[in-house]
Amino acid sequence: MMERSYEKYFRENRLPHIWCPGCGNGLAMKAIVMAIEEKGLSQDETVIVSGIGCSSRASGYMDFDTLHTAHGRAIPFATGIKLANPKLHVIVITGDGDCTAIGGNHFIHGCRRNVDLTVIMFNNEIYGMTGGQGSPTTPLGRLTTTAPYGTSVRPFDACHIAMAAGATYVARSTAYHVRHLAKLIGEGIDNKGFSFIEAYVQCPTAYGRKNRLGDGGAMMKWMRDNAVQLSAWEKLPEEKRQGKFPIGCFLKREAEDFNMAYNELVNRAGGAR
Amino acid sequence: MSKARLMQGNEACAEGAIAAGVNFFAGYPITPSTEIAESMARLLPKKGGTFLQMEDEIASFGAVLGASLAGAKAMDATSGPGFSLKQELIGYGACAEIPCVLVDVQRVGPSTGQPTAPSQGDIMQVRWGTHGDHPVIALSPWSVRETFDLTVRAVNYSERFRTPVILLMDEMVGHLRERVELPDSVEIYPRRHPHQTRAEGYEPYNPDPDGVPDTADFGQGYHIHVTGLIHDGTGFPSGSPTVTRDDIRRLHEKISSVGEEIIHVEESFLEDAKYAVVAIGGTARTAYEAVREARAEGIPVGLLRLITVWPFADAALHRLAERVDGLLVAELSYGQLVREVERAVHGKTEVRLCGKYDMTSLTPAEILADIKRMAGRDA
Repeated sequence: MMERSYEKYFRENRLPHIWCPGCGNGLAMKAIVMAIEEKGLSQDETVIVSGIGCSSRASGYMDFDTLHTAHGRAIPFATGIKLANPKLHVIVITGDGDCTAIGGNHFIHGCRRNVDLTVIMFNNEIYGMTGGQGSPTTPLGRLTTTAPYGTSVRPFDACHIAMAAGATYVARSTAYHVRHLAKLIGEGIDNKGFSFIEAYVQCPTAYGRKNRLGDGGAMMKWMRDNAVQLSAWEKLPEEKRQGKFPIGCFLKREAEDFNMAYNELVNRAGGAR
Repeated sequence: MSKARLMQGNEACAEGAIAAGVNFFAGYPITPSTEIAESMARLLPKKGGTFLQMEDEIASFGAVLGASLAGAKAMDATSGPGFSLKQELIGYGACAEIPCVLVDVQRVGPSTGQPTAPSQGDIMQVRWGTHGDHPVIALSPWSVRETFDLTVRAVNYSERFRTPVILLMDEMVGHLRERVELPDSVEIYPRRHPHQTRAEGYEPYNPDPDGVPDTADFGQGYHIHVTGLIHDGTGFPSGSPTVTRDDIRRLHEKISSVGEEIIHVEESFLEDAKYAVVAIGGTARTAYEAVREARAEGIPVGLLRLITVWPFADAALHRLAERVDGLLVAELSYGQLVREVERAVHGKTEVRLCGKYDMTSLTPAEILADIKRMAGRDA
């Protein structure tokens, strides 16, 4: 296989990035450009939209039209962009707090609306930018700066939400499985509709350290050992699933995307687009 | 001119938006502005435009900002409670300099308040609601036809200054039905576009001589970065105190530098007036009648109507204060406009308030009674 170069997708004068040593965000960002390269998207016709938080700083490093929105609001902005100019490929980068807490309503309605967006949620299970507060995906009992005695609220599974709310492509992989993650993001780009890909990433600084999970490398080894491909997961008895989690494509659903449905509406109204 | 039609202020707002080139609307239902969204839902698909009903007030304004960045002329409409929710992204639009129009058809607050009743209690929230220093342009119509005209003006100002512009309506004008003749076409301020290529060193937030940048639309090949962080000419965030100061100063000066050009007022019966009423929107209609009745009784009173509410008409009020013996501010609130009038006149004349906040609009008789008190002719 030819060695590929991804430099052209980055604004090298904006690097180095702000992420901590050992952070998984860079791997997830790399997986996105691998998918963009694989799918041959035009850099001039691809827009990267992000929210607020560690994950969402990625947009500034990527050499496309990029939009760093307000906290939780990436999906509404992306919706406006895609519908104002349907030629554009719109990729959303968000985090677990951004997407499932402050942006939770936009997330579920984005799934329902089925605008042709590819949403990648970097899930580090913590608010990293603000120093390690619990997020809606922090597992029960973990230590955070706002849960010094351990979290007491059950976490969300963002993929479950996306499937229930009507997304037409839902998948998960991890920072350890970069090529797998890139493949899933590529499938999300191919899907004409709302695609949701959870990229499980490590935060050694604000999460790993507090919970004695080791450095970035140790946290990635944990992903290697505990992420289970969906086909294997389905055969795993309940007692062996404890502490492990499935990765892979969970759902592909055929449904008319918003633009197609809206074009029909315009025709009914006697207009033209 | 098209043939005469009977229509509501809210409908005229939608007609004005379409005439001005608005091709994207996102909104959320809220009384008493809903007819604007309903009209856009009917009109936009016929024109090939996009109408979106979003999941909440924040999302609708977010979609508007995104659509504008992708080249659309975009609008949203709401009322006070929805406006409060949008404050976050109004600041974003001001900081990232995104052209768009937001209509606020005011109703009684605070909170859910009196949803169907008229009020003018959003004057301060449209000016100061979002955090931080930022300029605001807000226009307030008093008739159905003027609602059409000011919607067009709001769209054009948003493009010229690259900032969200507020059309500050009230329930009285929003639901008022009048016979109007609308123009066949209107003057449109086109989207500003880059004059340079990337190779020539184009910077999306590097301003023109008028202080406004020619930010590219997404998809034009410029690979721009847009953020709500304070940024320099490149559009990228900066931690520099100088950049921060210059960015905030430029946001203000791109609007303040045009001075009174965008500050529209209407004077009635003021040539020989010893007293004046100051009002906006629907209340100015009531005040006009009260002033006519006072004139009929021999009281030398006039009316100053603020069409541009923000930036505030400091100079016009200052000039007026120097030649009258008293100002009466008529407004549907506990007293918001009056504070700004007091600030503008610097104590040069007495300022009184004729305020009302009981769900009903002021009557000419109520304003007339206060005019008489001001003129020393107790009713």
